Amino acid sequence: MKTNSTLQLKLKRGLDLPLKGEALEKLPAVAPSAVSICPDDFPGITPKLDVKEGDEVAIGTPLMHDKEYPQIVLASPAKGVVKEVVRGSRRKIERVVVTPQGDIDCNEDAPDKNTVSMMSREEAVEALCRSGLWSWMRQLPYAIVPRPDAVPRDIFVAGFDSAPLSTGFDGSSITAKNIQAGINYLARLTDGKIYISKRPSQAQPSVTGAVWVEISGPHPAGNPDVMVNHIAPVNKGETVWTLDIDTLDKIGYWARTGSGASLTSVAITGPEAVNRGLVRTLVGADMHTLLAGHIVDDGKHHRIVAGNVLTGVRTDIDGYLHFPYRQVTVIAEGDDKDEMLGWASLSPNKMSASRTFLSAYMPKRKLGGDALLHGGRRAMIMSGVYDRMLPMDIMLEPLVKAILSRNIEEMEALGIYEIAPEDVAVAEWADPSKLELQKIVREGLDYMRREA
Amino acid sequence: MNPLRRIFDKARPLFEEGGRLSALHSVYEGFDSFLFTPKTTSSSGVHMHDSIDSKRIMITVVVALLPCLLFGMYNTGYQNWLGAGAVQSDYSFWGMMLYGFLAVLPKLLTAYIVGLGIEFVSAQIKHEEIQEGFLVTGILIPLICPVNTPCWMIAVATAFAVIFAKEVFGGTGYNIFNVALVTRAFLFFAYPAQMSGDKVFVATEPIMGVGHTVGFADGFSGATPLGQAATHAGGEMTLTNILGDPLSLWDAFLGLIPGSFGETSTLCILIGAAILLIGGIADWRIILSVFAGGVVMGFVAHTFSTPTYPCSFLTPWEQLCYGGFAFAAVFMATDPVTAARTAAGKYIYGFMIGVIAILIRTYNNGYPEGAMLAVLLMNAFAPLIDYCVIQGNVRRRRNRLISKA
Repeated sequence: MKTNSTLQLKLKRGLDLPLKGEALEKLPAVAPSAVSICPDDFPGITPKLDVKEGDEVAIGTPLMHDKEYPQIVLASPAKGVVKEVVRGSRRKIERVVVTPQGDIDCNEDAPDKNTVSMMSREEAVEALCRSGLWSWMRQLPYAIVPRPDAVPRDIFVAGFDSAPLSTGFDGSSITAKNIQAGINYLARLTDGKIYISKRPSQAQPSVTGAVWVEISGPHPAGNPDVMVNHIAPVNKGETVWTLDIDTLDKIGYWARTGSGASLTSVAITGPEAVNRGLVRTLVGADMHTLLAGHIVDDGKHHRIVAGNVLTGVRTDIDGYLHFPYRQVTVIAEGDDKDEMLGWASLSPNKMSASRTFLSAYMPKRKLGGDALLHGGRRAMIMSGVYDRMLPMDIMLEPLVKAILSRNIEEMEALGIYEIAPEDVAVAEWADPSKLELQKIVREGLDYMRREA
Repeated sequence: MNPLRRIFDKARPLFEEGGRLSALHSVYEGFDSFLFTPKTTSSSGVHMHDSIDSKRIMITVVVALLPCLLFGMYNTGYQNWLGAGAVQSDYSFWGMMLYGFLAVLPKLLTAYIVGLGIEFVSAQIKHEEIQEGFLVTGILIPLICPVNTPCWMIAVATAFAVIFAKEVFGGTGYNIFNVALVTRAFLFFAYPAQMSGDKVFVATEPIMGVGHTVGFADGFSGATPLGQAATHAGGEMTLTNILGDPLSLWDAFLGLIPGSFGETSTLCILIGAAILLIGGIADWRIILSVFAGGVVMGFVAHTFSTPTYPCSFLTPWEQLCYGGFAFAAVFMATDPVTAARTAAGKYIYGFMIGVIAILIRTYNNGYPEGAMLAVLLMNAFAPLIDYCVIQGNVRRRRNRLISKA
């Protein structure tokens, strides 16, 4: 039943922010002076520490494991020494930092081991969990690291990234050989299909065993949940897995060779970053190394975002890359300048989806931007804004209201199982009432997981 | 640094907790955030936000209302001049604008001072930011009242509406009924004599020496076209201006007829509609379907016209141009807080407003105009309409689950 058929999705809703600061050139690879794994990037995991400061670790050595499912581990992305375990309030583990030692490159030509075909499904799940790559996948419902005891109905792979200034996936780091091995491995874990999305312009690697889904349309078209919602929505009681093609490639490489791959391409982007480009480095690399020569000290307040401006994690120059480890965006903080009567502005440089701003009439023009809210938090006033920004069969406004009132039945009826916080990021950006939609959705998902 | 910014920063301690003027904290914050973009940056979720905020939305609506306000000024002066005998030598465009300006200014100030005063106080009590909703309500109120409404009535009605139609529900964004229309409805039911009839829609006294004294002698009626239709008895019906000359549809479209201050000119309302639609502030679905509902009901009424209900002699196009219909369609029905919020719901909501407005004004001779009541009625039904639309989505999801099982 698994064929190489191609599905097509033409999405209209959503928006590509006209943000300045693309990564254009390929930059030389850098070896980070430190790498970190932050358990908060892996929702659903309650971390327990496996190492202590000073321990020697290799690529793939577990740094932490989950309390409930100890087989799920967060693995070290580098060979080296554990530098420190950073704890926050109530001794919560914030991150484990490793000082890498030796060469960062991995051996692409490592010999195939072919042990996979001998494994049972349970053994295959267990092995993937222990590799550390399991935690790079997500499941719907709840948008968390998959629970190993649920069998996924289908698996959905995001083959492109539509987020602002994202360079997508670096073609050079993804090989058909790894993708095929990844598909073969995951196919053993589901009874359903494996869907991989791509842009119509993207080349399709010659692999078998997956259904390709050609998606056109603005962000969040690349989010795997959008594809799930259109192809085979998650019903109550069902589980699907989502991952990106970079993770699939890493799973394939690991399945072939038995070793973890933690090299990744990181795009240095954003209107305030200079010498922008794509750099090869380790996942979880430190910002000092990554941003050396990319930030000019011009006295302006900068905001460094690990990720894209919609869903990334706010960090600073002493911070690290966060999962999914593909992008750094530097924007102006914006709190260091006075603006009079900003609401009356006729400036064409104000980014907005609203046609009361001149920029809405020049969608091709790339703009800077800052982290200001550009207004105060209000009750929901305008209607229809969320609908225009979410290309899913979900009525977001009633869903948000159901979440805020903690109404389990309503949340379920309105499709909370089909959504992840990052899917509502564009709606959050466009909301004139400045509601924290991603936070609200995450709290709703956590509440459902606890109570339902 | 901006010198004004410096003054505000210097004054800040006065208004903070423990300062001498801390009781005016919300007022200080209100003016500060009005003059300067707040420096709050995002703390969770997205790191950038759209530049639009509720201030800009409200100001856009105010801008869209300006043509109606300006025309209302002219028309008030014009009707006064007409009532005084239309002496050509007395005609002066700027004189009429001035007269209308003087007529509306006290009402505008009354509405804003009372309404914003209550908003400031309740923001202070609730320790919240001042909400912008009243910026629009304050200009709407004088526009939908007869020009002769006394200021004290506007003050009482505004206070009633802001407190009981908005603040008790939680403020802007939580109200069920359109605040400006609740003001109008309060006036209509509390002071019916001052809200209808043939004396209230034309300013009859000179203001500060500007304008004329209008004596309602024989054959002189200040009744609105719909007022004339409602009281018409038997035979051929001809709507007239206040001099008794017949009115054309064109007069009504331009708005040179007696009526509430800002709602006579369909042309100016359409200019406002264009501003709202180009800016994406009002939903075209609502405006379109209100007019569609009005035309359909107007057509039905006209087809079965009967002397029992003289308003049924009006053509659908006249129905759209007379009274407050167009104004309600563009500025009242589209209030996003009180309207239906789902896309499909907006069609139903708007269509029903159009139908009910014409239904009331045609088949209930007690109410010459039905637009206000139609919008308020559908405000009450909007949550139900949305509920039904949302259930469609819910049912689709449930059926998917059942068909799987």
